[in-house]
Amino acid sequence: MTNNSFVQGLKAGTSIAIGYFPIALTFGLLAKTSGLSIMEATAMSIFVYAGAAQYISLTLISKGVDPILIVLNTFVVNIRHFLMTAALNEKMQSDKKWLKGMYAFGITDESFSVLATQKQDKIRTPFAFGVVLIAYLSWVVFTAIGHVIGANLPAFLLAAMSIALYAMFVGLLVPSMRGNRKVVMLALIAAIINGIFYWTQLLSTGWSILVATLASSIFIEIIYARKKNVRHSKQSERSLS
Amino acid sequence: MGSWYWWTLLGMALVTYIPRAFPLTFLEGKELPPVISGVLRNIPYAVLGALIFPAILYVQEGNLIFGVIGIITAFALAFLFSNVMVVVLGTIGVLAVYSLF
Repeated sequence: MTNNSFVQGLKAGTSIAIGYFPIALTFGLLAKTSGLSIMEATAMSIFVYAGAAQYISLTLISKGVDPILIVLNTFVVNIRHFLMTAALNEKMQSDKKWLKGMYAFGITDESFSVLATQKQDKIRTPFAFGVVLIAYLSWVVFTAIGHVIGANLPAFLLAAMSIALYAMFVGLLVPSMRGNRKVVMLALIAAIINGIFYWTQLLSTGWSILVATLASSIFIEIIYARKKNVRHSKQSERSLS
Repeated sequence: MGSWYWWTLLGMALVTYIPRAFPLTFLEGKELPPVISGVLRNIPYAVLGALIFPAILYVQEGNLIFGVIGIITAFALAFLFSNVMVVVLGTIGVLAVYSLF
């Protein structure tokens, strides 16, 4: 049974692995052009494992920015994972802290999305390990390959593959949207708020996603709590009369 | 790169890992107030909305049409087939054809 949910996790994580392929490949190539050795580039993917933050750090490194600022920027870009893992904890099977601390390393925007949208009530620990592992391996291996061979794929294919992770997000979201107005509203409001932050350049991407997500989640919770209260008081009126 | 690179990497690794691990370990076995767990249950769908939009429009720099085709194809496929892999590969396929011409 344990093995089984691990394998199911690997399968559920396959779309992430595909989506990471072009991004990791490009990262490896960019790292090379920024002057990083294959060891240095791959080590970043192994130990940091954060797509957006790694890309930004390359720009900062090649500009000679103070390392402390690079670390600070990484923190800001990744602070949203705090919110994601707090949310994920509600859905995860209770387990030993060191095990949870282990798969926590592999929680990215993508693995979070796959895990959090699973239909079952409680997600088993081996399933989480499966999802996280296949995505991680893809990221690390294709970083190294990107550094060696460069993005030597036909340009049209690399371009087309850059859509993969967004297509995956859509594929995860839409089934939950069916017949569920609350889910539609949550996604829509967060998207609109995020769009406003993006176009007004009020917040950087990391903060923008965090604030938009939190604002939408709280706003919808308040509305639905009020709806529920109204329904409750109507019911109690009815039962009184 | 000098040894500063490895120190920077260590710093980056720590500040990335802590926000990931802290809630999953610290909150283990703890019951949160219903209001907070209600908000947390909303997060996945809100996050997906924010992750998709508007970034999907800008996957190919300077080519808005590419993103627009991508978003329409992905949603269309997701409504037709509730299979993530079909959505991912189908959208790549459509955009590969578009990029060829």
